[in-house]
Amino acid sequence: MSHETLQIIWYLLIAILWIGFFFLEGFDFGVGMLLPFIGKKDEERRAIINTIGPVWDGNEVWLLTAGGATFAAFPHWYASMFSGFYLALFLLLVGLIMRGISFEYRSKSPDPAWRNRFDWMIAIGSFLASLLLGAAFANLLRGVPIDQDGNYVSANGIMTVVGLLNPFGILGGLTTVAVFLLHGANFLGLKLEGELKKRVDDLAKKLWIAAVVLYLILTVFTYISGYWQRGMVNPGIIPITAVVTLLVAGYFINQKRDGWAFIMVALNIVLTQVTFFSIMFPNVMISSLNPAWNLTIYNSSSSAYTLTVMSIVALVFVPIVLAYQGWTYWMFRKRVTTDKKSLVY
Amino acid sequence: MDTTTLILSQWQFAMTSIYHWLFVPLTLGLGWFVAYFQTRYYQTRDEAWRKHAKFWGKLFLINFAIGVVTGIVQEFQFGMNWSEYSRFVGDIFGAPLAVEALLAFFMESTFLGVWIFGEGKVPEKVHLASIWLAALGSNLSAIWILIANGWMQHPVGYTIVDGRAQMTDFFAVIGNPKAWVMIWHTLADGLTMASFLLLAVSAWHLFNKKNVEFFKTSFQAGALVGLIASVILFLGGHTMGQYMFETQPMKFAALEAHWDTSAPADFSLLTIGDLSGRREVWSLRVPAVLSFLACNNFSCEVPGVYDLQAQYEAQYGPGQYIPLMVVTYWSFRIMMTFGFIMIAASAWYLWSSRKAGYEKAGWLKYVPLTSLVMMYGANMSGWILTEMGRQPWIVQGLLKVQDAVSPKLTALDLTISLIGYVALYGVLAVVMVKLMLKYAKAGPEAAMHESVDVAPALVGAQD
Ligand code: HDD
Ligand code: HEM
Ligand code: HEM
Repeated sequence: MSHETLQIIWYLLIAILWIGFFFLEGFDFGVGMLLPFIGKKDEERRAIINTIGPVWDGNEVWLLTAGGATFAAFPHWYASMFSGFYLALFLLLVGLIMRGISFEYRSKSPDPAWRNRFDWMIAIGSFLASLLLGAAFANLLRGVPIDQDGNYVSANGIMTVVGLLNPFGILGGLTTVAVFLLHGANFLGLKLEGELKKRVDDLAKKLWIAAVVLYLILTVFTYISGYWQRGMVNPGIIPITAVVTLLVAGYFINQKRDGWAFIMVALNIVLTQVTFFSIMFPNVMISSLNPAWNLTIYNSSSSAYTLTVMSIVALVFVPIVLAYQGWTYWMFRKRVTTDKKSLVY
Repeated sequence: MDTTTLILSQWQFAMTSIYHWLFVPLTLGLGWFVAYFQTRYYQTRDEAWRKHAKFWGKLFLINFAIGVVTGIVQEFQFGMNWSEYSRFVGDIFGAPLAVEALLAFFMESTFLGVWIFGEGKVPEKVHLASIWLAALGSNLSAIWILIANGWMQHPVGYTIVDGRAQMTDFFAVIGNPKAWVMIWHTLADGLTMASFLLLAVSAWHLFNKKNVEFFKTSFQAGALVGLIASVILFLGGHTMGQYMFETQPMKFAALEAHWDTSAPADFSLLTIGDLSGRREVWSLRVPAVLSFLACNNFSCEVPGVYDLQAQYEAQYGPGQYIPLMVVTYWSFRIMMTFGFIMIAASAWYLWSSRKAGYEKAGWLKYVPLTSLVMMYGANMSGWILTEMGRQPWIVQGLLKVQDAVSPKLTALDLTISLIGYVALYGVLAVVMVKLMLKYAKAGPEAAMHESVDVAPALVGAQD
């Protein structure tokens, strides 16, 4: 295969990894953020955590794999993005550490204050991570000040966090938070029962309104700012379809058709990512200083040899991973009850 | 790039890696123990084995949680702090890292989830298989990360194109003999660590006359596996020494502070140097042992630091090619001393534990603390030797650390992140140690009934 074909394949593969990550970890960030607001009693909170308990770590590995694959396939992209977004990523890591540790430790003491503290850490960690990922992706689209060597330059000492906090970045972050909250609520709707489920269903309606409003503003903003025209691929009707799926989700939420509501929001997340990666192509980092300094899949990739080897590895192992991860979801498909005897602590 | 950001980056990387590595080896070894106990229960239906799986599983999970969250930091740090390094090595180093995530992390995290939440919900055979797969997954992850690290110590299967390393032979990279001796030594290290944890916790209970029957079993298991693993660990370490002599002679000379070339070369048990670290004042020496470490015979020539420095200057241009000698010298001695003591100790424990009534012996009192100090001391020293002995290279012979750091990071960025990590990791350490002690002391009953004995009031009351 030619080097160029391989570069395109790896761009697609990394896109798929991000899509998988946002789809899966999207609901478990959402569940995390909702935890202290929906669960009032201890067993309720435990039940909420247990809806994602067996799977959240596996979901997070999608992020690690996206990172690792970017390192292997597009080293310059990995280097520029990770060093450029330094403090934002540091905060993202803080968020991931806070929530990761809390899932395991929150039930390790009977003290209600102890548990409550960890529950809030789950919520705050999930919020931080969603916000920062949204803001980072919005900024990738907007362009960041990278110089001819691919290094993020900035005059103000604290480079990245301040740099990311432009209106478009903030909007991207908030929209991501809102959509993940809704996605999480829908997921809980599928996994819980009784009183808890009622609470989630009511909340989902409000979250839907917030998500729709923010999403529409983001779409319009992206459109009028001209970020669309940057790349070579026209996303066509995909962004419109994404808006439609989100609107349709509202209908299903009202009709109490949980499965469909979940699928619609999931589709919205997937289509949003597809739009993102279509608009970017073939760029991976857009320089706001000079378009000639953009990193593209062609000037940031590994050699054809590495890409070939990695393609073979991916071809063999991605299906296996998908199969057993899918299988765990099937294994744990039953609803989680708040009955203490059947709760795993 | 200025020196401040370089030094801060080095400190941050060293601190976060050492911290991650405090938890990893226990995961590597303890996973196998838990899987074994679970299997015994499956075969015998004896509740005692189930308790073993549960109790050690609990400690395993408390430790594992920190390994996971600190591991994510590791994965990101190469790009965040060492972007020039990432550009240089991405073709080669990125590959095992990506494979690690795909092959090992998915397996480990998914099946551990099944094991924790699946009891009674998935078929028993599946539940049993899941802990084996989780243990295998974590050991696979160690293998892949060591392949990556092995390449930094001894690059193979590459060519330099436009100032970047490009892979030419994937199989050379994954078959790197340097990596495989590291893997051998490290997987044995995991088992040794876990064995000494078993010994430490069991001895504490035996000494305090709690759960005696239960912990007699664990003590014996720990002593037996500990003996086997620590002997393998020693053999691996000795082999590593020989590889190091071939591939990183400067590191080898530095671990002995061997200034002048000599044949045969002596090995010093201890040295008191002057303050510059350049000259020794007094040392206790064993003749010819360094030659034995280097090449398995007592007479070969071992080049000294000065000659190597001259040789490197001729080869790579002027510069300082000598690592920080005090650190390499002492870290090697700490690791090795503890290694030998661990072999002797586990042999003695095994031998004593066959005699009736040993559980009343007074020496049990000293087992916990000495085990913990040796485990963590040797383990940290080993990596400090490996990584500090590699200086000034980040990739041996190809790229220096000073050229690897992210060029546009500021001292402010690094100060913020460094303080952040120290604070966060510090708090985590306190919580983790508290929980470990609590569950280790509470014994097997608590691990069995956890969901029942804790039924707090409304959490919402605290909101
Ligand atoms: C409980 C831990 C432990 C113990 C008792 C030992 N080691 Fe070790 N050693 C490690 C844990 C370790 C380690 C942390 O796992 C290292 C760091 C890098 C690696 O792969 O293993 C290591 C590295 C390491 C190296 C550096 C390799 C390099 O940089 O190329 C050498 C030469 C040895 N070991 C040799 C020994 C010898 C001769 C021992 C005598 C019994 C010994 N080790 C005991
Ligand atoms: C987990 C056990 C490890 C420990 C305890 C450890 C320890 C250290 C220490 C102490 C340093 C700082 C040396 C200095 O002062 O410059 C360092 C640097 C570094 N290590 Fe490791 N290391 C570990 C594993 C690894 C692995 C597995 C890799 C790669 C796969 C790696 C890659 C690096 C890099 C890139 C640096 C930064 C550059 C440098 O300072 O040399 N380390 N590590
Ligand atoms: C410095 C380079 C290293 C990187 C980039 C790294 C990366 C990671 C990551 C991302 C995780 C989390 C996985 C999850 O979410 O399930 C992790 C955990 C783990 N890593 Fe590391 N790691 C490093 C050093 C090491 C070394 C040297 C070893 C073993 C020799 C190792 C073995 C493990 C294991 C066994 C786990 C499982 C979790 C645990 O620690 O309990 N890692 N590592």
